[in-house]
Amino acid sequence: MAITVDEVFETAAMTLYQHLDIRTTTLGLNLKDCIHSDFAKFRKRVYDCVYGHGRDLIAGARALEVKYGIPVVNKRISVTPVSLIMETHATRSKFVAMAQTLDRAAAAAGIDFIGGFGALCQNGLTASDAALIESLPDVLSKTKRVCSFLNVGATVCGMNVDAVNLVGPMLKKTGRLTKNAVGCAKFVVMVNAPEDNPFMAGAFHGAGCPDAALNIGISGPGVVRSVVEKNTAGDLSELSEIIKRTVFKITRAGELIGRELAHDLGVPFGIVDISLAPTIAEGDSVARILEAFGIERMGAPGSTMAVALLMDAVKRGGAMASAHIGGLSGTFIPVSEDKGMIEAVKKKALSLEKLEALTAVCSVGIDMAAIPGSTPESTINAIIADELAIGIINHKTTGVRLIPVPGKKAGDAVVLGGLLGIAPVMAVNKFSSKKFMARGGRMPAPVTSLTN
Amino acid sequence: MKKDFSFITVIGKDQKGIVAKISDLLFKNNINIEDISQKVMEGVFVMTMLVDMAGYKKPITFLASRLDSIGAAMGLKIQIQHENIFKKMHRV
Repeated sequence: MAITVDEVFETAAMTLYQHLDIRTTTLGLNLKDCIHSDFAKFRKRVYDCVYGHGRDLIAGARALEVKYGIPVVNKRISVTPVSLIMETHATRSKFVAMAQTLDRAAAAAGIDFIGGFGALCQNGLTASDAALIESLPDVLSKTKRVCSFLNVGATVCGMNVDAVNLVGPMLKKTGRLTKNAVGCAKFVVMVNAPEDNPFMAGAFHGAGCPDAALNIGISGPGVVRSVVEKNTAGDLSELSEIIKRTVFKITRAGELIGRELAHDLGVPFGIVDISLAPTIAEGDSVARILEAFGIERMGAPGSTMAVALLMDAVKRGGAMASAHIGGLSGTFIPVSEDKGMIEAVKKKALSLEKLEALTAVCSVGIDMAAIPGSTPESTINAIIADELAIGIINHKTTGVRLIPVPGKKAGDAVVLGGLLGIAPVMAVNKFSSKKFMARGGRMPAPVTSLTN
Repeated sequence: MKKDFSFITVIGKDQKGIVAKISDLLFKNNINIEDISQKVMEGVFVMTMLVDMAGYKKPITFLASRLDSIGAAMGLKIQIQHENIFKKMHRV
């Protein structure tokens, strides 16, 4: 059946007016084969691998942008968790040097962020994991493009609270070393972290992955908002239906471009991550989708149910469009990167506690939330532990990207710049969990029957 | 020769010379127009051209930038996209 003018217009309008784009093409690279006892040779191999693949990725993605008329906004690389490949070079200074190598290779290739400078420590810390965490304030302040993660728990093994307790002090130190604590925006602490996540800061190329794999993250909050705004009268079933149909279309576009790019690069295609990913651009907001549903501001009563409905509809459309949905495939609601979220915090519609509740049904966690620089380390650790417990109990990925900004208090705003947006500083509960968190150890893996 | 289809979409205000200017560019680059449709949608003029690119030998960026220039001169949005994107998005 011939393509109609209406269908061509619908697709063209998505890119021209509704910010449809391929948010990220992320090439996962195995770096285990770069390991060498001579550290200089090891770094040279890592540099060559990242630079060579990065350059090809950029050229390939640009060609497809023109062919299909859809912008590919970010071209990124994720690598094997760096603590794994540094086992025999596990000193703080060598970790910093390796981060600088990754940063330089990414910069030379034109890659804006490179993920994977992290550790899988859900069952406990190796000496290498501990050295990596110790190096993070230096790494996050001395490099521009390197993103870091820690996976500190999983439904099958519980939570490593000793590792969580290292994060608060690390974030505070990183905050002091970088302007407006922006270094903290390049670090996420997670549970149930997927090996094929294309989105930063949590992207890494898992140990179970092939030498290379191309993963793709589509976007489209603006496209979804647009169809919702055109259907003001429909009931919730109709709302779900129109979102499902729209997400089907944008996921198919993502898969087409992902598969073709993987083919052109000669690497296997991995997954499509169907997460709705907002940007600071007007209209490209997840909060605005909820407003189009009929919720006055994100965070108002009804928001949790609305996000649950939205995310379920997104999954229905995405799952039909591609056999390989993966990564996070939730809905991102990063506070600083979404105009509707920023306004909701400023107008006191959205608190840190409601944000946590929202993440139980949709998103991948408390993301890009600035908090007062005076927040105690133990409170930061406890906020992280709360959010990660939601992930562990609910069999889902959750993560936390908190930005404790020195000298700022609740109600202030912090300009993080570029994609990272503007963060309103959120109020934090003043009561202490210091004694509880100081118990340390591991939270046991949850019983997975008896589900109420 | 096996055909290789793309769609050129023109969005904006209807005016004289749109087809003339685009078809002149296509002719000079050995691109055949297979079909033209037009319609007013949501208050704007929309024209689509189905074109066969099999005989076109230059980089696609060249054609895209020339179409951009025509669009800029006439106050129109002109975009070229390979037909696979429409097939994938609009056909199950």
